[in-house]
Amino acid sequence: MILLHGRGIVGGCAEGEALVTRQTISGWGGIDPMTGTVIEMRHELRGQSFKDKVLVFPGAKGSSGWSNAFHMTRLTKSAPLAMVFNQMTTKIALGAVVTRVPAVTELDRDPLDVIETGDWVKVDGDRGVVEVIKRCEPAWRANLK
Amino acid sequence: MILADDEKAMLDGAGGIARQRAMELLVRYAEALGAERFVDTKNIAGVPGSSTVFLQKYFEEHAGDGSFEAVFSLYDLDAGEVMSIPSAAGGNCCHLQGGMDLAHGADLGMSPEAMQHQRDDEAELARHGVRIMKTCTPYLAGNLPLKGEHCAWMESSAVVYCNSVIGARTNTEGRESTSAAMLTGKIPDWGFHRDEYRRATHLIEVETPVEGVMDWGMLGYFIGYAVEENIPVLTGSIRQADPLRHKHFGAAAASSGGVEMYHIVGVTPESATLEIALGGRKPVAAIKYGSAERRRVYETLNANGRDANVVYVMLGCPHASIDQFREVARLLDGRRIKTHLWMFTSRAVKTVADMSGFTQKIENAGGLVMTDTCSAIARAVPKGTKVVALDSAKQTHYLPAMVGVEAWFGTTEDCIHAALTGRWAGELL
Repeated sequence: MILLHGRGIVGGCAEGEALVTRQTISGWGGIDPMTGTVIEMRHELRGQSFKDKVLVFPGAKGSSGWSNAFHMTRLTKSAPLAMVFNQMTTKIALGAVVTRVPAVTELDRDPLDVIETGDWVKVDGDRGVVEVIKRCEPAWRANLK
Repeated sequence: MILADDEKAMLDGAGGIARQRAMELLVRYAEALGAERFVDTKNIAGVPGSSTVFLQKYFEEHAGDGSFEAVFSLYDLDAGEVMSIPSAAGGNCCHLQGGMDLAHGADLGMSPEAMQHQRDDEAELARHGVRIMKTCTPYLAGNLPLKGEHCAWMESSAVVYCNSVIGARTNTEGRESTSAAMLTGKIPDWGFHRDEYRRATHLIEVETPVEGVMDWGMLGYFIGYAVEENIPVLTGSIRQADPLRHKHFGAAAASSGGVEMYHIVGVTPESATLEIALGGRKPVAAIKYGSAERRRVYETLNANGRDANVVYVMLGCPHASIDQFREVARLLDGRRIKTHLWMFTSRAVKTVADMSGFTQKIENAGGLVMTDTCSAIARAVPKGTKVVALDSAKQTHYLPAMVGVEAWFGTTEDCIHAALTGRWAGELL
């Protein structure tokens, strides 16, 4: 298990599978708040949903409708389980607060280097701690790749 | 956080429960940011209490109340109970763009229910002391802050204009923070409210001439990808820095990236010299914009266009200025278009366009002039539209993903040519 320490900005605790991107995410116009799916053209997560996943990403970009779009995912039950991110902005701070999911930033290691999609991640927003259990797979399956 | 006496009093409930809940939300937000205090603001641009039919129905179903005050309480203020909402705390609080032009609701495909809902929302806003500006360009419609003034604005294209061109100070606020600021007159003292945060980080060396509106938009689109949420300073061959060009440049940079402020040496108010813009520091990166980069941006913006048969031309993203009306009216005067053409603007600018004869010329040619919204915000294009032509990099960034259409990007002249002939013939000169 890998432990990352940072600053929790929204309290609470959640765990689940990670969805990781190295690209910043647009809220309004970048996601479909009814399903939690990324819709931005040319985004590496286009077509994938963060619903019930721990979203690990550099930060927010684009429209000031970021908080509103993520706030909506809370209503439609399409919100991520938790957020782990690097770059603090007003969009993401307000968005995380109103989405009301555990959120941690300012980690002692870059979460984008440590966490991969599919890893099991526990986010403790009260203590500012992120626990990562790397996904493992049988050697025979890895050898098929 | 260090709270002033009036802030403590509001948190303790001295201003009533709605202001108390608004302060609580602002404290949660400020602590997430790591802000230590609030600043006073009397200039707020947001979308207070405005709700889609979805939000109204959601709260009817889950809280037994879908009224304006319910949406404002439960959604804008993220509170647990429906409260009586007091009027705006004072000063200048305006409503930005909305979901539809009520005079053209049917063209936009809006249901009678949604239109009535919009009318009711608007009446509530006016009753709460909010100015019904209904535009993404408040700075062209009567809300022009002073240099240095602390603002709480939403709308990324207005935010970047506010910081960069006007020299006023705002972060990219959201719906919930602007609604809370409307009741309290407070916003976290963080980011662009602070001198040290406003200095440029990335140097952009413009080595190919950038003159027309399309080129300013492409340069902005390039810079957004290049610097993401950082602060660029531009040097080199950038010309004709008028408000229209800044409007398209900033909107594009705030769409492909998260640019909230930029400097142009010798042009923008906090950028008399390169050293001043950088605050005496070295840029973390120097990025070149030459003819190869320019071509790549053009190709990226047109990557989704395949069918040259244009069905719909959309102008006015961000909302058209009166200069753009003059230009479009001149290009269309006495001619008939073969496609749909919708031009979006604020109610204020439309009034001037009406009285100046521009609206008439556009309508005589077969176009429609609409206010309040745009195709991306309303998610509305003319029925059967598969291919659109656009003169805005920002709209080109959003519209294809949002409504599932092909888009061509070019100059306003390219778009008008497509409207008159039904064919896209734009190319990069």
